[in-house]
Amino acid sequence: MSNFFSKAEVTSSGRPVFLRNEVECHLLSGVDFEPEDHLQFPPLKSGILILTTHRLLWLPSSSATAPTSASAIPLAAISHIFSSKKSLKSVFHSPRIRFQVLVSPDGRVFDPGSGSDYSSGSGSRSVVVTAVIRGKGDCDGFLVKFCDSWRAKAWESNETSGSGSGSGSGLASGSGAGTGTGGGLYSSDGSVRMVGVAGILRKEQEMWESTDKSLQDAFQDLNALMSKAKEMVTLAEKMRQKLLSGTSSQTSGNNDEDMGSKEEMQDWLLSVGIISPVTKESAGALYHQQLSRQLADFVRTPLERAGGMINLIDAYCLFNRARGTELISPDDMLKACSLWEKFDVPVMLRKFDSGVMVIQNKSHSDEEVFARIKSLATKPEALRNGVSPTDAAMTLGIAPAMAKEHLLTAESKGLLCRDISPDGFRFYINLFPEIDPCNIYFVKDFGICSTWIKAVSTSG
Amino acid sequence: MQKLGDFKLPHFFNYPPYFTLQPVRETREKQVQLWKELILDYCRTQKIFVIKLEEEFPLFSNSVIERTLSHEAREAFLSALVAEGRAEWLDKGHRSCLILWHRIQDWADIIVNFVKDNGFEDSVMTVEEIRSGIESRGTELHGIDRTILMRALKQLEQKGKLAIFKGTSTDDEGIKFSV
Repeated sequence: MSNFFSKAEVTSSGRPVFLRNEVECHLLSGVDFEPEDHLQFPPLKSGILILTTHRLLWLPSSSATAPTSASAIPLAAISHIFSSKKSLKSVFHSPRIRFQVLVSPDGRVFDPGSGSDYSSGSGSRSVVVTAVIRGKGDCDGFLVKFCDSWRAKAWESNETSGSGSGSGSGLASGSGAGTGTGGGLYSSDGSVRMVGVAGILRKEQEMWESTDKSLQDAFQDLNALMSKAKEMVTLAEKMRQKLLSGTSSQTSGNNDEDMGSKEEMQDWLLSVGIISPVTKESAGALYHQQLSRQLADFVRTPLERAGGMINLIDAYCLFNRARGTELISPDDMLKACSLWEKFDVPVMLRKFDSGVMVIQNKSHSDEEVFARIKSLATKPEALRNGVSPTDAAMTLGIAPAMAKEHLLTAESKGLLCRDISPDGFRFYINLFPEIDPCNIYFVKDFGICSTWIKAVSTSG
Repeated sequence: MQKLGDFKLPHFFNYPPYFTLQPVRETREKQVQLWKELILDYCRTQKIFVIKLEEEFPLFSNSVIERTLSHEAREAFLSALVAEGRAEWLDKGHRSCLILWHRIQDWADIIVNFVKDNGFEDSVMTVEEIRSGIESRGTELHGIDRTILMRALKQLEQKGKLAIFKGTSTDDEGIKFSV
C-alpha cells in the first residue's frame, strides 16, 4: 500500500521534528482523515492535527493500537481551502475542514522539494481531502490560522537567498561583495564597490550597523522581537562560529578567558534553543500533554551536562528562559512532569526523602552511584577525613546539592554514617556492622575495620 | 591502644561517626549498643556511680579526633541504659543518672557474700562501715554509692535477711544481719 501522505519525523517523546524555520501555529485533537473522491489511503483515525507555517501534520494519539506513523501534507501542495459551509446538516455533524491537494502521477501528495514542475496541465491532478474534527478544539480558529499560514507561504522565503527578509541578511557573508569585475569605486548598479582595505573596513562597518539596527528594531517592540527571534538565533550561531574559530587560532596563554566567554555563549545558546514554544493558545486542551513532551525533549541536554540528574527548580528556570515569553507556571511544570509516567519518555520525576525533587534519566542507576560512592569512601583520604558533599560532587560530576541527596540515600541504605562537627557535615563508610558488641576490642584481620585502622594510623 | 586514664579504649572510639547520633535505625541500634557497653565498662572499672549530663564526662569526649557527644546523644544513650534496667534517672529533668553496672539484685548478693565471708551473720554494723570499713577494703563494696547501697539493703530487708534501724546519730543507720 503506497502512502498517500508524506512521512513526518517524530522525536523519541512523540513531538514532531520541525524543518528549518518552521513554527507551530495551532493544534486540534481527535481528528480523522477520511478518503474521498477515489483516494487510496487507509483512514487515519483520532489523531492530533498540528498546523505549522510549512506543513499540516497528523500524529497518531498515544492510545492508537495500530502502529500508524506520523504523516504530513506540505502547505505548498495545497491548491485550495474550502470555507466552512454552515448548513442545517453541519449543526449535527462534527465540523470538517476540506481542502484540495495536488497529487503527483503516482498517486501521492505532491512534494514541493522534489523539484518537479507542477504547473497545472502537465499530468497532475488535485483531490479533495477532508479532516473530520471529533475533538473539542476550536475548529473555526484553526481554519482561520490554516488560511493565514497557507497564504503566508513561509516555505518560499527559504528558497530565495539574501533577499529582503529584513536586515538580517546583511550578516550573510559574500552577498554582492567580492565579485569585482574591473576597477572603479562604484559598481554598475550604483552601490559602493568593496575594494581594498577601505572596502573591507566599510564592509565591516556596514555589517555592524545593520546588526545594530537589527538589535534596535528587535528590542523596541516585543512582538517584533518574536519575529526577530529567528534572526537572533542566526546571529547567535554566527557569533558562536566566530568564537570557535577565534579560540583555535590563539596560543594557549589566552585560553582561559576565551574558554570563559565560550562557556557563557554556550549557556546562552542553550537558553534560546526553542523557536516554537507550545502555548495554551496553540494547543488548547492538550496543552499539558504537548508541554510534557516538549519538556522531555528540552531537558535532555541540561541533564547530560549535569551528569544525569537535575534539580526540578533548575529545570524550571532553564525551560522558561528558553521559552522567552509564554512562561509556564510551577504548577504547569509539575503537571507536565507527572504526565511523563503515561508516556514512554526517557526521563522521570523523582522525589527524595528530604523532599527535594529532581528530574533524572530513566536509565539512571542508583546501584551504580552507590558503587562509586563506596569506592570514594574507602580511599585512604576519605577513611581519615570522611567525604563531604563537595568531594562527592567533584567525583560524581554532579551538583553538590544532588551529591548530598545521593549521600543521604546511601546513608539510609546503611552504606555510610554521618559525622556532624564544627567542620561541617561529612560522611564515613559505615563500620558499625563489623563491630561485635560482645567483643569490642577485637578487630578482624581483613575487612573494612582493619583497613580503616591502617589508614588512620598512618597519618600519625 | 588508646587509654582514658588506665581504661583501655576500643578502636572505634576514634571513628568520628561514633560521636554523632545516627538517624538510620539499624545503624543507630548498633551505635547505642556499643555506647551502653562502653559506659557500663568504664563506670565499673572507674567505680563511677553517677553521671551528670551537663558536666564534663571523660568518656563522652575524644580530644584526638576533636569530637564530643551532644546533650541529645548523651540522653539517648543513658535512656537506653535506663530502659534496660542498668541505670536510673535521679531527677525528672534527666540531668543526673545513676549507673547500675551491677544490678541492685547483684549488689544484694555481693552484700550477702560479704557478710558470709566475714562471719557477720548475726552482727550489727553501720551502713558507713559497710561502705568504708576495713573489712570492705579490696571488695567491690568499698566506696559504693550510698543510694545504691540503701536500695540493696532495703531489698534484703524485704527478704528478711536483715533489719535496718536508726542509729544514735541522725546520719548513720545500723544493720542487723540475719542471713
